[in-house]
Amino acid sequence: MPRYLLSTHVADGDAREPMTDEQMQHSWQAINALETEMKSAGAWVFSGRLHDADTASVVRVSGGEVVTTDGPFVEAREHLGGFYIIEAADLDAALGWASKVTRTISAPIEVWPFADTAGG
Amino acid sequence: MLVVDDAVIGRTFREESGRSVATLIRIFSDIDLAEDAVQEAFALALRKWPTEGLPPNPGGWITTTARNRAIDHLRREARGRELRGQLIEGAEETSGEEAGPVQDDRLRLIFTCCHPALSTEAQIALTLRLLGGLTTDEVARAFLVAEPTMAKRLVRAKHKIKAAHIPYRVPSAAELPERLRPVLAVLYLTYNAGSGGPSGDGLRQEAIRLARSIASLMPDEAEVAGLLALLLLTESRWPARFAADGSLVLLRDQDRAVWDRAMIEEGQTIVRACLRRNRPGPYQIQAAINAVHADAGSIEATDWSQVLALYDQLLALTPTPVVALNRAIALAEVRGPNAAMALLDDLALDDYYLFHAARADLLRRIGQPIDAAQAYARAADLAPSDAERAFLRGRLDETG
Repeated sequence: MPRYLLSTHVADGDAREPMTDEQMQHSWQAINALETEMKSAGAWVFSGRLHDADTASVVRVSGGEVVTTDGPFVEAREHLGGFYIIEAADLDAALGWASKVTRTISAPIEVWPFADTAGG
Repeated sequence: MLVVDDAVIGRTFREESGRSVATLIRIFSDIDLAEDAVQEAFALALRKWPTEGLPPNPGGWITTTARNRAIDHLRREARGRELRGQLIEGAEETSGEEAGPVQDDRLRLIFTCCHPALSTEAQIALTLRLLGGLTTDEVARAFLVAEPTMAKRLVRAKHKIKAAHIPYRVPSAAELPERLRPVLAVLYLTYNAGSGGPSGDGLRQEAIRLARSIASLMPDEAEVAGLLALLLLTESRWPARFAADGSLVLLRDQDRAVWDRAMIEEGQTIVRACLRRNRPGPYQIQAAINAVHADAGSIEATDWSQVLALYDQLLALTPTPVVALNRAIALAEVRGPNAAMALLDDLALDDYYLFHAARADLLRRIGQPIDAAQAYARAADLAPSDAERAFLRGRLDETG
């Protein structure tokens, strides 16, 4: 079955209006409920939320040596904030899950097919 | 025996290739394989039909031949690979000519081509290429881009369909309203892309042909019928649209005797059926407006209050500045140019040539020739086609 990356990006620096505890709890419950739904439908493969981009590190080969530096890899205003990896029958099914995620977290979701799934 | 020349085969290609490509995509789940096989089948037809005569069912002949070609291709590639072998067996069992699923194939294909995950440019290009049977070069010329650019666009779009698993099926009833919108938009844009002059004849006919076939495949969708009626009624005025020098002739000045009565009749019949169905939408209302014009013997004899009422309804459904502009033009006929001028001031359409053309016309009627001339000049600068520029320059000369 095809796999898709559903990802959301966060802009550095312009943190959204901080949530009240009650809003935070409400948001967590909604996200948990959605993950439960994904799992019972057999769509969920993995998911995670990332720390801010300034916590990232980069390793690369330079002159035959592996060098570690402070990240992130891409100097961009927006960075990956979190993602789901799901299995879906086709793009429409994946977009269906993405619609639920975007409603839940109120941020746009990018839907990318994986290149190396069997049969796809 | 009917003479079978290249023209007959070319026409058959236009009419039948979309159907054949759609059927082969269902059987083989591979757009490129389907395209190539159908192309080869027509190449064979070009060799065989002139001497052997037209087969009783040319479309069925093309589909069957193309299917066999595709199976040959897979055989040659397969060389014992089991997966391919199974696919070939499955394909051999499937007839290419069953009526039911074949009809649905073209519908499936247009929903794939017009999937919202593809850009509008890609949607139009795929639709014309796969369903309309236009060559990549023809599609490129229609949209004024270089052939390699269009080829790249098509390759990318087909790759996305495959990589992202864009499905090949008619959307469910719940998804249909959202998914039908880009399909109708693609057909309307295709028609409009062919409206600049006689070189667009093929595109306009293609848009009408596809709208007609979708309307027959989805008889319950009122907006599909509305779009078909809108295209037919617009096209009915085509013979009167251009002067001998190639410049545009406005509705008000057109020779209504040369309007195509058969198309008007067909369009108006559809509009009446839409009115009875009473599920109005933007395309149906625009068709109804055109039907009112088609009824009138002259611009003065037009039922403008009816036109204005329809524009009120359209503006409520689609509150865009362009609709507001067209409503204002209708209002000028009912309540005079001053009332319409007052509405124009609020519209943010400074880059739209028809806004300036409409303003110029109103200013001329109000008796402000200097302002009118300025507006005509601005409209001519912004006009997208030679015919329209020629018309507006003509008006400018008359005013100035």
